Amino acid sequence: MTLPYYAAALVALVATLRVITCVNAVHALLYLVVSLLSVAVIFYSLGAHFAAAREIIIYAGAIMVLFLFVLMMLNIGEAAVEQERNWLSPGVWRGPALLALLLLLPLVYALFGGEEVEARGHVVDAKSVGMALFGPYILVVELASLLLLAGMAGAWHLAQDPPDERERGEGGR
Amino acid sequence: MNAIPLEHSLLLASILFCMGLAGVLVRRNIIFILMSLEIMFNAAGLAFVAGAAHWGQPDGQVMFLLILTLAAAEVAVGLAIVLQVFRSFHTVDADAVSELQG
Repeated sequence: MTLPYYAAALVALVATLRVITCVNAVHALLYLVVSLLSVAVIFYSLGAHFAAAREIIIYAGAIMVLFLFVLMMLNIGEAAVEQERNWLSPGVWRGPALLALLLLLPLVYALFGGEEVEARGHVVDAKSVGMALFGPYILVVELASLLLLAGMAGAWHLAQDPPDERERGEGGR
Repeated sequence: MNAIPLEHSLLLASILFCMGLAGVLVRRNIIFILMSLEIMFNAAGLAFVAGAAHWGQPDGQVMFLLILTLAAAEVAVGLAIVLQVFRSFHTVDADAVSELQG
């Protein structure tokens, strides 16, 4: 599994470089999704299948969609109209399409190329991770749930409407 | 034995982490700063998972789960703050929110 590993590492580096240099927030977000997907490929080729699934479902699926929701809610753009015109040019497809193609190649290779596609590292399967999570790390799981609860309460409080905040007065802050 | 040396994964994780750090330092848009923080979280998780794969122990993946949880909570609170900043200042410029300096 060395070839998919290095291909995905290259994709991750290029996509991350595009994230921090892109001027358009939505484009940067999509590049970040590509970067996270390639890191998931890296996890898979390292033998960490469960971590790869979590990377895709939670990171690329949930957290990035949260970013996208906020970007849509903000609707940043005095210059949105001419930006829109720029977005429709075919040139914007080149980078993402190339990176997605590079990610597709290891997948096709793993599906059809030869029989030795099994990860040859120390495969840490989901069962052992689950045994560790609900064995010696049970307190960590509880702490994680507490952290998520605190994050939810904090986000709910912070994202309330401004009139509600004004009614609370300065003492509420 | 793993075909991929541990050093390569750690090198990749450090490069990704430094990219995220550069993003945090360079960008002024709060959303980009949050994205760069995500890159740094992800790089730390990659280092943990690479260590777990190298030693064949599940502990690194448990730490990766913690990092995921931390990133989710941080993003929820951070994006709520971004929403409030945008409501109050009508910008996502991080330098605009400097009223605390008195």
